[in-house]
Amino acid sequence: MFILKILIRNAFRHKLRTSLTILGITVAILAFGLLRTFINAWYGGVEASSATRLVTRSSISLIFHLPLSYKDKIRQIDGVKTVSWGNWFGGVYIDEKNFFANFAVDAKTYLELYPEYILSPEEEKDFLRDRKGFVAGQKLARRFGWKIGDLVTLRGTIYPGNWDFVLRGIYQGRDETIDETQFFFHWDYLNEMLKKRNSTFADTVGWYMVGITRPERAIEVALAIDKTFKNSLAETLTETEKAFQLSFIAMSETILMAIEIVSFVVILIIIAVVANTMSMTYRERIGEYAIFKTLGYRNWRIAGMIFGESLVITIIGSLIGILLTFPVAKIVGKMLSNYFPVFNVADEAISMSFAASIVIGFLAAIVPTYRAIQIRIADGLRRIG
Amino acid sequence: MPPIVEIINVSKSYRRGNQMIPVLIDINLDIEEGEFLALMGPSGSGKSTLLNLIAALDHVDSGTIRVGGVDITALSENELAQWRAVNVGFIFQFYNLIPVLTAFENVELPLLLTGLSRKEREEHVAMALRIVNLEERMDHYPAQLSGGEQQRVAIARAIVTDPAILVADEPTGDLDRIAAREILDLMDRLNRESHKTIIMVTHDPKAAERARIIRHLDKGFLNNVYSQNPH
Repeated sequence: MFILKILIRNAFRHKLRTSLTILGITVAILAFGLLRTFINAWYGGVEASSATRLVTRSSISLIFHLPLSYKDKIRQIDGVKTVSWGNWFGGVYIDEKNFFANFAVDAKTYLELYPEYILSPEEEKDFLRDRKGFVAGQKLARRFGWKIGDLVTLRGTIYPGNWDFVLRGIYQGRDETIDETQFFFHWDYLNEMLKKRNSTFADTVGWYMVGITRPERAIEVALAIDKTFKNSLAETLTETEKAFQLSFIAMSETILMAIEIVSFVVILIIIAVVANTMSMTYRERIGEYAIFKTLGYRNWRIAGMIFGESLVITIIGSLIGILLTFPVAKIVGKMLSNYFPVFNVADEAISMSFAASIVIGFLAAIVPTYRAIQIRIADGLRRIG
Repeated sequence: MPPIVEIINVSKSYRRGNQMIPVLIDINLDIEEGEFLALMGPSGSGKSTLLNLIAALDHVDSGTIRVGGVDITALSENELAQWRAVNVGFIFQFYNLIPVLTAFENVELPLLLTGLSRKEREEHVAMALRIVNLEERMDHYPAQLSGGEQQRVAIARAIVTDPAILVADEPTGDLDRIAAREILDLMDRLNRESHKTIIMVTHDPKAAERARIIRHLDKGFLNNVYSQNPH
């Protein structure tokens, strides 16, 4: 208790200097926390993916479609429980700035496969009954002020023309990792319209979502699916939902790596700032360390005082930084909601921020501590007066 | 009874650049228990160095120093730290109090290294502050005390562990005449009433007059001539 009292009083002996150092740590930890949150947001889809879902797409590229007839063959493969399918619709609501993900899906099987999208039984029934119906995530509905029964028109970019939909359900995510900004409607409606237009896209799907009985059979089932369509006109590539999501992230791996490096550079900079503060402290207190040694305090106690003071400063700064991370992430999340539907501060970001503060406090104190324990008492005492 | 401090053929040099500057040359000195010894000499004569060696704050180049029968020149750094905490009290010219601690907390510092309970520590600190007549200012920080009062706090810190030896390096060097007299009275009292062995380095002949024995150092040599004050 007494030592803690000394540490806190010593830490605030130079109030302005300590306050500025704490401010620097706060800003650094806030930046670090936000950057980590940004990286986590990028991986949001991966975290929300299920181990019991596979994605089957064209082995050439996602932009090439697969025949609808594959669904029955996939269903017959051992280990497959449910088969659903979908197309990326790419519709625009009023203006291209209002971007959100919109898909045509086989509604019944899709809702079975994605229990994390929670709809009330009435809304689900209404949606399944209305071929022009659609379901939106609650964040998306809130963003545009949509109410149940509203007519919403999307302008097709892949499938030209204006497409009218009626909002039949607003889903909630099961937890905070679930994207609540999606828009999905009946694949049958899309297909029907495409058939009317004699489109080559009729009776084709962008991908299949395959529900499997046991996660440990994922590789076996994926291989079986791809084997079924080997040497056909549309060969498939089947992977777990997680791998599918990761393949998107891999496209922006360099950006992510750059963000990751920047987040650690921020920590390195603040280590230098705190180390400078601790070096100034050491120079001012050489005499005091000599007095402590004179009184019989051993080197480990002197080291404890310097490390302790450094940690007091960094922990105060980091706790403020961590507390600020939540409201700031909320604001940033709102600003970036079009691009990052899930922008939550992860536990991992908090624990990394706290661990970073400990590392900062520890590393910044190493050199001053080494010098303090090396100095001879007589030399230290000569610095006083 | 053997002397409490035995200094045998002690030499000490300091390095300045490439040169070794001898500070103490073949010093031999015995100090009896309960003695009040003043070490005098011009600046650079080696008196503070000798005091530091006796108090185990510095190491000899050669020779032996025994204090209370313990050869302190043979002890490791950790052993010396422990030895200092138990056996020696320090009084410095500039008081050397910790500015962020109150008078009470400054006096308590050496006791934190002992196994005493908080209550026992409080009793010891209160007693030490009572001896130096500063009980009523125990909650004041050094900056709120006069020079004389700060030095009294330093003396309380020096005696709180009840060491056998007190070493004082120019204890009145930074004080006015009245405060200096009070400090010397206090040291005198500690020597006479509590039988503390006091070794004091001073420039001030008036301070040295309070010691029973005065030894002079000059250019690293201890003069054989010494004066004995009548008390």
